Amino acid sequence: MAQKASKTPVIRTLTTIAVVLLGLTFFMVSNAAGKKEKHLDDETRQCLRCHAEARYFLKDTVSGDSVIMKMYAELRIDPVNYLKGTHGAFKCTDCHSSDYATVPHPASVKFETDYTCLDCHGGDEAYAAFHFETIDEEYARSVHADSLKENFNCWSCHNPHSYRLNDAKVSITDKVAYDNEMCFNCHGNQVNFEILSGKKLPNLISNHDWLPNQALHFKKVRCIDCHAAQNDSLMVAHLIKPSKEAVRKCVECHSTNSILMSSLYKHSVKEKRNELGFYNGVITNEAYIIGANRNYYLNVASIGMFLLTLLGIIIHSTIRIAKARKNGDK
Amino acid sequence: METNKLYLYPVWVRLWHITNALMCLALILSGVSMQYSNPEFPFIRFDIAVSMHNISGIILSAMYVMFFVGNWSTSNGKHYRIRIRGLLNSLIKQARYYAFGIFKGEKPPFPVSKEMKFNPLQKFTYALTMYFFVPLVFITGWALLFPGMIITNVFGFGGIQITSLLHVTAGFLISLFLIIHIYFCTIGHSPSSNFKSMINGYHEPH
Repeated sequence: MAQKASKTPVIRTLTTIAVVLLGLTFFMVSNAAGKKEKHLDDETRQCLRCHAEARYFLKDTVSGDSVIMKMYAELRIDPVNYLKGTHGAFKCTDCHSSDYATVPHPASVKFETDYTCLDCHGGDEAYAAFHFETIDEEYARSVHADSLKENFNCWSCHNPHSYRLNDAKVSITDKVAYDNEMCFNCHGNQVNFEILSGKKLPNLISNHDWLPNQALHFKKVRCIDCHAAQNDSLMVAHLIKPSKEAVRKCVECHSTNSILMSSLYKHSVKEKRNELGFYNGVITNEAYIIGANRNYYLNVASIGMFLLTLLGIIIHSTIRIAKARKNGDK
Repeated sequence: METNKLYLYPVWVRLWHITNALMCLALILSGVSMQYSNPEFPFIRFDIAVSMHNISGIILSAMYVMFFVGNWSTSNGKHYRIRIRGLLNSLIKQARYYAFGIFKGEKPPFPVSKEMKFNPLQKFTYALTMYFFVPLVFITGWALLFPGMIITNVFGFGGIQITSLLHVTAGFLISLFLIIHIYFCTIGHSPSSNFKSMINGYHEPH
């Protein structure tokens, strides 16, 4: 009996720990699942039955006639990208008229006014870090606002059905590809460019012929790093300038004071040089820029070797000259 | 006096040498300008420096092929062949001469002849430069000319970064070689005689 009594508290303690651990595990799993999972509600699913497809089925409820129609690219929504996007938690009618619930959609929905970023995010403290008002001011002075007027708005670049913020975990190369895709969507697509501007698409490749290793530049640097004026208070520059005002001096990036440190690498950990002695070391995680990434230790070593060589030559030649003079005097 | 002169440098060697010298100079100047580029104090405008470096590098590569083929098909190649046996002793002997003997008026331990154009120290440094550092700078230089072909990641380091470091280091050591080479060329019959030799092909005995 005495033995049984001494075992009971141990068993009780172990049981308590096991229950607490199980509870914690359950909480963590359900919490993680809750964070990851975004669900499409029934209403959105109903919209996506047509809008997620390349073709959709339409039936006239009066006559009973049916037809298979093409869903135009700009009206198609990828459900996966929608859920991954910043606005993925919204229902369609959070932003669009409830009249869209009627199929076929009535003509009145064509007159619906799109929300702008400021309609939801303007003056909201929760989004203060994004400085939406400053973005709006910068955009208003940009070449897009100036030349395209009301034909251009936030959504021309930022697709509200898929746009997402790239956090620090996203590699610079992926960030560049994602951001440049927004520009190439028009500047690399004749149809989209013409719809917006009514002009023929200039040849993006030949216009950048002056740029050495063009493909590598396009892969490693964002268009806006050269084509937009930087603003310290903004996460991403929005003042896109006319092409003739774009950065054309190589040295603006290819130097230790590289402008890329205040644009593309703005959010990366900054240090003048990293532990291996590379200036702007954060760039060397994914790229190498001649002139911007020289190494401090190699610099010191090379200058030291160079000076020692010169010193050696000066000493040797001085003794030679002195000896030659001495022999000449004799 | 004319009979003492040795014809050591045939036309192709002299043409190769002068082109090499000019291209090396262009590469060093443009290379330093790119490496230490600064918008406030531009030495050579960056895009001009890039073009200058690329063109000079391509010409120098062609010159290296000429050098390699020339050395392989003529007797000039023998001057770059190093014999390991006794190498250290002869290197020390020549270095001692440059460090002390030359000031005492001693005769060079390895006088220039048709059979031995270079002293052991020259032979060693020329061979090391021409068969190691110059090929290294060419391979890395051509790779940097087509950076898309370079392996992206090598054990956690960027391929372009490693290639660039090797290129810059090899280029710097070649620059040091060039400076020392020019200085040692002043050691001859007269300070200018070795420079004249590379123009007329005749070496004046020291």
